[in-house]
Amino acid sequence: MKLIQTIFDKSRRHFEKNGKLAFLFPFYDATETFFFIPGHTTRSDSHIRDSLDVKRYMSFVIVALMPPFIFGIYNAGYQSNLFSGKSLDLIPVFLCGLALVLPIVAVSYLVGFFWETTFASIRNHPISEGFLVTGLLFPLTLPPTIPLWQVAVGISFGVVIGKEIFGGTGRNILNPALTGRAFLFFAYPGNMSGDPVWVAVSKAKEVVVDTVSSATPLAVSKLVESGDRIESVLSNMDYSFFTLLMGRYPGSIGATSALLCFVGAGLLVFVGVASFRIIVGGIVGVLSMGLLLNLLAGESTAAWFSLNPLYHLVMGGSAFGIAYMATDPVSAPGMNASRWIYGFCIGGLTVLIRVFNPAFPEGIMLAILFMNLFSPLLDYFVIKFKLKKRIVNV
Amino acid sequence: MKLTKTDHYKAFSVPLLQENPISIQMLGICSALAVTVQMKTAIVMGLSLTFVLSFSNLTISLMRNVIPRNIRMIVELSVIASLVIVADEILRAFLYDISKQLSVFVGLIITNCIVMGRAETYALGHTPGLSFMDGLGNGAGYSSVLISVAFIRELLGSGKLLGYQVIPTMAYDLGYENMGFMLLAPAAFIIIGLLVWLQNWLTHDR
Repeated sequence: MKLIQTIFDKSRRHFEKNGKLAFLFPFYDATETFFFIPGHTTRSDSHIRDSLDVKRYMSFVIVALMPPFIFGIYNAGYQSNLFSGKSLDLIPVFLCGLALVLPIVAVSYLVGFFWETTFASIRNHPISEGFLVTGLLFPLTLPPTIPLWQVAVGISFGVVIGKEIFGGTGRNILNPALTGRAFLFFAYPGNMSGDPVWVAVSKAKEVVVDTVSSATPLAVSKLVESGDRIESVLSNMDYSFFTLLMGRYPGSIGATSALLCFVGAGLLVFVGVASFRIIVGGIVGVLSMGLLLNLLAGESTAAWFSLNPLYHLVMGGSAFGIAYMATDPVSAPGMNASRWIYGFCIGGLTVLIRVFNPAFPEGIMLAILFMNLFSPLLDYFVIKFKLKKRIVNV
Repeated sequence: MKLTKTDHYKAFSVPLLQENPISIQMLGICSALAVTVQMKTAIVMGLSLTFVLSFSNLTISLMRNVIPRNIRMIVELSVIASLVIVADEILRAFLYDISKQLSVFVGLIITNCIVMGRAETYALGHTPGLSFMDGLGNGAGYSSVLISVAFIRELLGSGKLLGYQVIPTMAYDLGYENMGFMLLAPAAFIIIGLLVWLQNWLTHDR
């Protein structure tokens, strides 16, 4: 620790005003505060500062993202090796996963960092740490076969249009990672949806695998005829409830394991970063909308209607979205009551989009972006309601 | 007097950039979303609007002293409507294919906020010559934004410009893909937004 401190102290003069590298000061500042709590003081009233500043805040999210991230690496490698007929031992699977996932994450970070530094230098404000989270969240929502240049385009769109044009971290109305993903989804649908994108089959051995389909559970469920049970069709495809919960099935890199997502969500709630109201609201929303559709299910309705609501929670990205995307403190509402409503609506809309819109098998992305737009409105009404309860002039 | 100092020149040049109808006044957005998937349609649309706008300004300005105040809107509308019909018929006669692609949007020039707005705010209070130049300038400003948006959308969305393949097949072999998003209407919103950003950034000295 002492050593790091001296390194920073010695190199500081180059980055301060009139130094040779003064234009890189935001970069220096960002690296230094990554190691040490910054010594900045407040400029105006209220001199109490919580040590949980934006940087620690974001670091906690990164830590909480580790379980799905590491599992995502494993899963990408496992699916790839399974479909290419290679060894399924832990280490080769992991190596294969690393080779698939790390380039995507690296590109996402590099390009995101480039935009962040550019805007920080032009606007003369410190580099914000938000992009550390965005840069990791974004690749976790992508299929492992995504071309790297599309990752670059997507993260650029997410960071610039989703965040910087509103003024940077803390001012964005949409979740930047999801904005980038939504952009890719509409810009390059061939690489973001459909059966072949979810598993990276290595070109060398394409012989073995005709028997297994790489369709995601959501894609499978979409095709189930009305009258059949989705659950039984899924378990015929080896997607039992337990598999879906654990997450060893083809899907977005980090979003497959519902269990690990909820572990991460628990961690975030425990350290006080995420709001449990949004998470619980989201789960309740998914389950109650699923139950409501169960009640409506009849002979002629689509198979989706009669699906056990718990399946909605473990399939696809709904758990990941509710745990990490919906709880983004910037784009989520700030009042407790509106957080309940916000979470509930995200859950409900996710199920609605899945069931009623065959074009979008994954509803959580659109549901969260849609509710992001409503969060200022929710806050507005909740505050208005609270003010009404006040006694006037006392 | 230098050309750039004359009133007529100013009436033409101010709406080109400083008071651009789309990027500054945010008028006529609907047609800018609808016809900018290809450059061809955007150019024809820009020309038709320029035609309608400059001649409606000219006509209304000529009549400005005889139009009764309380029915001026109706008079303006009938002038604009006649011009729109003329433009539509010309397109149908000579550019049938493009006129089919533009479908109702030529007819909808009549509801374009720019035309009515210039008639109300400018032509009713200025001489015919100035009004005509103002119409030309606004039309050119509108067309320039339309064509830039269409340029970006056609290039990224289908890899073509004016219908000719621009992006080489080699790029597709290397893994390049057309951006399907650019063919959807929201893309025009985002591009117009970015153009406005660029213009504000270039013209405002902060």
